[in-house]
Amino acid sequence: MKLTLRVWRQPHAEAPGAMATYEVDGISPNMSFLEMLDTLNEELVLDGDEPVAFDHDCREGICGACSLVINGDAHGPEPTTTCQLHMRSFQDGQTIDVEPWRAAAFPVVKDLVVDRSAFDRIIQSGGYISAPTGTAPDAHATPVPKPDADFAFEHAECIGCGACVAACPNGSAMLFTSAKVNHLNVLPQGAPERETRVLDMVAAMDEEGFGGCTLAGECATACPKGIPLPSIAAMNKEWLRATRKVRR
Amino acid sequence: MSDYTQYGTGAPLVDEKAPAGPVADRWDTRRFEAKLVNPANRRKHTVIVVGTGLAGGSAGATLAEQGYHVVQFCFQDSPRRAHSVAAQGGINAAKNYRNDGDSVHRLFYDTVKGGDFRARESNVHRLAQISVEIIDQCVAQGVPFAREYGGLLDNRSFGGVQVSRTFYARGQTGQQLLLGAYQALTRQIAAGNVELHARTEMLDLIVVDGRARGIVARDLVTGEIDTYFADAVVLASGGYGNVFHLSTNAMNSNATAVWRAHRRGAYFANPCFTQIHPTCIPRTGDHQSKLTLMSESLRNDGRIWVPKAKRDERPAGEIPEDERDYYLERIYPAFGNLVPRDIASRAAKNVCDEGRGVGPGGQGVYLDFADAIARLGKAKVEEKYGNLFDMYAQITAENPYETPMRIYPAVHYTMGGLWVDYDLQTTVPGLFAIGEANFSDHGANRLGASALMQGLADGYFVLPSTINDYLARNPHTDDVDATHPDVAAAVAETEDRINLLLSIDGDRTPDSFHREIGELMWEFCGMSRTEEGLRKALGRLPRIREEFWRRIKVPGTGEQFNQSLEKANRIVDYLELAELMCLDALHRAESCGGHFREESQTPEGEAARRDEEFSYVAAWEFPGTGGAPVLHKEDLVFEYVHPTQRSYA
Repeated sequence: MKLTLRVWRQPHAEAPGAMATYEVDGISPNMSFLEMLDTLNEELVLDGDEPVAFDHDCREGICGACSLVINGDAHGPEPTTTCQLHMRSFQDGQTIDVEPWRAAAFPVVKDLVVDRSAFDRIIQSGGYISAPTGTAPDAHATPVPKPDADFAFEHAECIGCGACVAACPNGSAMLFTSAKVNHLNVLPQGAPERETRVLDMVAAMDEEGFGGCTLAGECATACPKGIPLPSIAAMNKEWLRATRKVRR
Repeated sequence: MSDYTQYGTGAPLVDEKAPAGPVADRWDTRRFEAKLVNPANRRKHTVIVVGTGLAGGSAGATLAEQGYHVVQFCFQDSPRRAHSVAAQGGINAAKNYRNDGDSVHRLFYDTVKGGDFRARESNVHRLAQISVEIIDQCVAQGVPFAREYGGLLDNRSFGGVQVSRTFYARGQTGQQLLLGAYQALTRQIAAGNVELHARTEMLDLIVVDGRARGIVARDLVTGEIDTYFADAVVLASGGYGNVFHLSTNAMNSNATAVWRAHRRGAYFANPCFTQIHPTCIPRTGDHQSKLTLMSESLRNDGRIWVPKAKRDERPAGEIPEDERDYYLERIYPAFGNLVPRDIASRAAKNVCDEGRGVGPGGQGVYLDFADAIARLGKAKVEEKYGNLFDMYAQITAENPYETPMRIYPAVHYTMGGLWVDYDLQTTVPGLFAIGEANFSDHGANRLGASALMQGLADGYFVLPSTINDYLARNPHTDDVDATHPDVAAAVAETEDRINLLLSIDGDRTPDSFHREIGELMWEFCGMSRTEEGLRKALGRLPRIREEFWRRIKVPGTGEQFNQSLEKANRIVDYLELAELMCLDALHRAESCGGHFREESQTPEGEAARRDEEFSYVAAWEFPGTGGAPVLHKEDLVFEYVHPTQRSYA
């Protein structure tokens, strides 16, 4: 396959960026999208140019590092992560635009790499259960109904990639935040901190400069792990419940 | 050529921290004998933790909970991305919730035997004891393990054992356990007890007056090289499987932290013990950047086969039942498809070498779910393995519900690592190694679902107990800072190396060298090794190194985000480590576990150990650049599990 790539190049956070055009040839449909970028980078290095910087690590769709907007879609045309997207999803001769996540709360570090530490700070505000090592009762002391355990798991699957924010017209982090709130709040172990968790995490999300949610639904469409849109409604319910109940 | 096959022999090594007495009492004894640090004094101590995977994340969180000041590093943008996240299958624990005859002693026995009698009994028994506490801890943190309709935890069986002791969260157990540790760590970051440096990579260890006192690290965004000081340093930087270029490790997993520590005096133990995982997706071409594992749990229900005839190119569905060879079930009737990883991998290699492999290049075998789907129904199979099937379909564009998966072995895990005593302390006082970075518990072969168990055992329970003893005996001092001559020297060495890499401006990319080393290691130090091949590799590696320093090309500067520079700097260390791996493999003329020397096999073609000569841990001392490595032997004593030839037939 032969392709034309238009790639966002930006030397560092403060410098202006622009799209640059590259031609790549000899691309196999079995390559992953990132292996195609590897091919481009090998050529750039040999020419003495700086390779295109992009975040990637496990290349198995689970670490959440890769983060490209491809032809306008977060993670490209398939419902998966960029690393699990293969070139068979593209046509020979196609022009492909490659951009970083675009959101005010995710500033560009270089080229296609952005700073997603805002997500870590949302988790720091309450996305955990306070259970210091050594304090735990036997694992079978508290049975968890299977539907609740499955509900928790389905939300815990979030890989923190940020595609939901990148896809949202408002740059909102509601789907990411709700995934963690729902994972922990449904479990009996998470009950003691149920109210403070949702209130603090929503407040942290707002402080980080993420936009508001207008239920556009783009987040759930872009999510490579299938976190469902009703997750946001479930968090809103938790939040309302907490505002009525909490004693501060 | 013979120069690089030489080594010296040093004094024997003894683990002085493991107490005597009955094996079941040793951990209690050690915890009682170890000195404690008064809670009020703990905040005066700083501990550096390098890495945020299962071992590092759990250690950082637990040390901070105890009151220590923790300074933690990860090269990823967030601690949640450490490669533990990719572990699929599960975590073992001797809970005996299935009432199927499991016990701490059985897990201990299985692990010593599975490791082909090259691990320490004391360490392995402690691991089995702690396994039950790990599950309790993780459930309390909200890890959503699979449950049954009654609300209790579900279990599955895993390769190499006959009981169901593996706890799991679909095919994403590593992710869920890592998020548990990450969240515990995060809580301590928010509380101000952990100072986290993300996108920061350790490039050297600072040793002053014989003690580990800090690290040299590079900020990967600004390129700034800085020093960090502490009263103890913990390496939780993972394994070194990426020496092979193609492996199931993450792209950025690397050996620099452990190799730099080795160069500063930490002995490296059993570097040739690497695990080749039997069930990975075969490669598709030269562009391949990494290999993807398919969880071993698939072997519970999938049946492995190849055609009986050589070069049979019919599609799988057209090969009748009586023309298929379910070779694991045929050769190992008792364990069948559930034999340990080393045995399953070698068997796959053997049938492919015979010309009976399937798929492009004949480098693959079938993993077939047709029987399981007929027996359990598609819905049940989908519930158990759905995400793995999806992943396979995504990568190969084939539907595993309809055609069998194709799998082939790939480098997956390294049992070798920094030598540590029972306290997990290396030969450099104040330097500890936990998780895959150490060598301690898996011997010559790791059993499935035991890596997660070991990482969390080390991080949540072992290190936080044993490090107290060191800190109590070495009170905090402020005598080391950036002006100390040993510190300035370490920084200058790091800067010189970075500047040299940038200045050569040759005509080969870092990746091209990585690929060359990887192919060499896979051929000569992979699934099957010979004296001749290892000597060849030891002759070639120095020539590749010489060429590297002449022809490497790294664009850009050191004062910026520069991924080519990161890669090139890691390859410098792979080049040296690869040599030590080959030397270790050459000196160990027996076969054991994942280390298969063709010269040492049973008449049936199984690994033949030579206990009289090789029942020891090989711990290598760095001799200084250009010198011959020095071998220190730690004899292994088996009081409870008597070495026998492993049999899974």
